[in-house]
Amino acid sequence: MAAVTSAPPRPTSAARLRWMVTDSALMAKRNLRRTSRRFEYIVFLAIQPVMFILLFNYVFGGAIATGDVSYADFLIPGILVQTVLFTAMNTGTGLAEDLNQGMIDRYRSLPMSRIAVIAGRITADVATIVFAVAIMIAVGYVIGFRLHGNLLESLAVPVLSVIVAIPFMWVSATLGVMVRNVETMQSAGFLWLFPLTFISSAFVPVESMHPVVRGFARENPVTIAVNAVRGLALGIPDATDIWKTLAWSLAITVVAATIAVNRYRKV
Amino acid sequence: MARGTVVGLLGPNGAGKTTLVRVLTTLLTPDSGRAIVEGYDVVKDADALRHVIGLAGQSAAVDDYLTGRENLELVARLYHLPRSEAQRRADALLERFDLTEAGGRQARTYSGGMRRRLDLAASIIAEPPVLFLDEPTTGLDPRSRLGLWEVIRDLVKDGTTVLLTTQYLEEADALADRITVIDHGKVLAEGTADELKQQTAQAVLSVQVEEPEQLQDAAAVLGQLDAQEPQVEEATRRVSVGTARGSSVIALAVRELESAGVGIADIGLHQPTLDDVFLALTGHGAEDDADPTGDA
Repeated sequence: MAAVTSAPPRPTSAARLRWMVTDSALMAKRNLRRTSRRFEYIVFLAIQPVMFILLFNYVFGGAIATGDVSYADFLIPGILVQTVLFTAMNTGTGLAEDLNQGMIDRYRSLPMSRIAVIAGRITADVATIVFAVAIMIAVGYVIGFRLHGNLLESLAVPVLSVIVAIPFMWVSATLGVMVRNVETMQSAGFLWLFPLTFISSAFVPVESMHPVVRGFARENPVTIAVNAVRGLALGIPDATDIWKTLAWSLAITVVAATIAVNRYRKV
Repeated sequence: MARGTVVGLLGPNGAGKTTLVRVLTTLLTPDSGRAIVEGYDVVKDADALRHVIGLAGQSAAVDDYLTGRENLELVARLYHLPRSEAQRRADALLERFDLTEAGGRQARTYSGGMRRRLDLAASIIAEPPVLFLDEPTTGLDPRSRLGLWEVIRDLVKDGTTVLLTTQYLEEADALADRITVIDHGKVLAEGTADELKQQTAQAVLSVQVEEPEQLQDAAAVLGQLDAQEPQVEEATRRVSVGTARGSSVIALAVRELESAGVGIADIGLHQPTLDDVFLALTGHGAEDDADPTGDA
């Protein structure tokens, strides 16, 4: 290769930091554009939670005793948490897709911030989850769900639902970077998520469960998250549930994000 | 490498072409040794280096759900060009690569040739002085290949330095100013196409025998002409051998073969092609393991 007499200056750390933000924003915009153009994905995103709402409320709901609370009020917080967790798995699938195509070679040969591929993915997926949460609350209102708390508590319902999704998005990102295969990612994501969401207080009261699973269900972080969101929706927030939820969300996010970013740097 | 020239990296699959490109484009950290591109160390100055190189890899790195224009603008912005400049260059490149009409359509509707053109356009949108093209025409139909060659020639005319890997000898011959032949990670030969032809193979005498049983006799006769090892191709009943004797060798060969009782179906002397060079250097033909889908 032709050698130039003196190498031009390297980018400053201020420039790097600025690029990290702008590149992440560009990648987020790119991902949202892609999502909005995949019709089947949008339909899935919007229809799946609606189907769960209708199924549980009108088919199973009559057989589920929830005391003084209407089943719609009981169900919607559970559906919110379940849906954001399932939707969070798309983060890994999207990353696996990016890493699998020739795209990642292009990105890595560009002077862009390396972390922007993951950061842009997470940002776009958070926006997608906000959209899904809005749809669920709207459909919930149609079937009789109501926010019973004050304004702050009511606002906290969607906010906490989205926050709960973030640690799972990072776990999913870790899986996506590790398997780098869309199909493997899809099964790897749901295998462990399924028991985690269904053996929880999302759809039925934990007390009604068989003793074999009741212990797990009670300690399940998903149960704690659902109880926290449900308390806010009912206007009887439980500070312990909320703090516990925020604490494990933060803990898992830190651990998973560290692993994901480290693995990604080696890709 | 001189500026505004094309260096062709020629070798079969597994030769190490892509590995070399990946090291030089900072995608892969070398196990040992150093590489300097445009004055930048590929490991220590990777960030700075990425501003001055472009890469078009083996699979077109095109975002299917973005339009052609959006693809180009995104790459331009990721090179940290301002938005207005990104738009201007995207439009100019779409025009130049004959994609203006398709620019507003999502790239998943594009043909293979269009995707390659878009990919190449993306790789040069920051006008990098050094461009790496890793098997840019693999899998393209002949017409698209010729079109892409034209584009590459234009880039070089404008001063871009290109490192081109290919397993098509024809492509290296058509585009490259200098050619490096590698196999199993080692450089086998280096020079202009003409130099390589002169240095490694003389004119080739090729004889087609009438009966397959006569192949060995013919090989023995031809092997003695210049004391060179002849190549026997059973399928085509051909024996070929390098020779320095010039055209008089034909008459000589005909006499010798006749006295050995070998029937000649066809005989000819041709100037060496890069194929012959390749054969002489690697011990096998370039097309033997040419697999357009495989990694190199």
